Amino acid sequence: MKNSFFTARMKLSDVVAANHTLILVLPRFGIPLGFGELSVQEVCSRYGLPVDFVLLVFNVYTFDDYLPDEDDLQRTDFSLLVPYLKASHRYYLDERLPHIERHLVHVAGHAGDRYGSILKSFFEDYREEVRSHFGSEECEVFPYLEHLLAGESEERPLSEHFTENHSDLVDKLSDLTQILYKYIPGEQLTEELNELVFAIMQLSADLQKHALMEEKILLPYIYQLERCDCREQGNDPDCATPRPDTVPEKRRLG
Amino acid sequence: MKPLTQVLVVEPSDIIREGLKALLGDEFVLQAPLREVPVDMPQRLMRQQPDILLLNPTLLNTPARMQVVSLQQARPSMAIVALVYQYVDPQVLSLFKTVLDIRESGSRVAQLMRECCQPEQEGGEESYELSERESEVLVLVARGLSSKEIADELNISIHTVNSHRKNITHKTGIKSVAGLAVYAMLHNLVTG
Repeated sequence: MKNSFFTARMKLSDVVAANHTLILVLPRFGIPLGFGELSVQEVCSRYGLPVDFVLLVFNVYTFDDYLPDEDDLQRTDFSLLVPYLKASHRYYLDERLPHIERHLVHVAGHAGDRYGSILKSFFEDYREEVRSHFGSEECEVFPYLEHLLAGESEERPLSEHFTENHSDLVDKLSDLTQILYKYIPGEQLTEELNELVFAIMQLSADLQKHALMEEKILLPYIYQLERCDCREQGNDPDCATPRPDTVPEKRRLG
Repeated sequence: MKPLTQVLVVEPSDIIREGLKALLGDEFVLQAPLREVPVDMPQRLMRQQPDILLLNPTLLNTPARMQVVSLQQARPSMAIVALVYQYVDPQVLSLFKTVLDIRESGSRVAQLMRECCQPEQEGGEESYELSERESEVLVLVARGLSSKEIADELNISIHTVNSHRKNITHKTGIKSVAGLAVYAMLHNLVTG
């Protein structure tokens, strides 16, 4: 059984060498390139980041069999969870999707009217879906967590609708790549099509891990806080999760 | 008599391997088990010809997809089953024919293994062309009908509709309704 997850004492450069896609994750923490021989611990100290949370993200992004258990969740400093997820949303919406759109418009323009308009309309629908999905998380789920952290009681339980269409967001990207390389005539467009397919696959892989962060980390963390909240109302002295007195100050990332 | 089913187990834990042996009984022949995935795994599969490969997915290197595909190519008729007792990324599990969680009850283990080596289609090479019925279902999916509505429209059971939908996705590699609608348009099954 593999148990070789990343640790705080490893050099950040070794971590990135083991999984180069983490280079795309670093800006979401505000970690610039040029980290030399510093360890993960040293880099985190330099930029004021909780090392356990940063490692958790690195591990989720790298190891298919990595999942923190309840104890790990309790030990981890999650003050950056929401800022991190929001920074990821910005990265997808403001960088990756426009990048993909530029390539797609180019391909669509050369693939003939019929193919072109079908592709463009599929992509536009998709972008809207992503936007509204992220929007509902940022307007409903993240504030809900912040209320819980602030110790404000929440009457209304967390609606779970946002977990349901993650797989659909990932499936549609996978479908788009299939359509592009299987059914779009590509004799004159090989290079552009390849660029486009690679860009979509990269986004799709990133979104899969993002969905895991939300479904396997964010949600269980919220449930844990909710349970604690209930116990506290019943004056249970065993409630172990430390609760900050105030809403953690939002840090700006990336 | 039906020939016995050959099973190759790839799993590092003695406890799990011995447990499987005890649970699977005489109906299955367990080949000499492996503790890891050796580099010559595809060649071994061609030589040993197991019907079921029971594999702990944490033994695969990332990315797992290529390895599962190459193992399947080495022996197309073999069912590759994930043997799981910890968290594994669902995307990785979806590469396997089925998942055997060791928390399953003892009787269910053998049943699951029996189910997964039943051939999906009668005889010969699998076809990736959509059948006439599947095309009909696809068109209705692309028009936005639910499985229930399709069942009513075609006068078939909802179970049959779902089985057609599963086959369509298996054959085309396309999962979402929006993706299937594009497929249908590009293949002139519906007009944009």
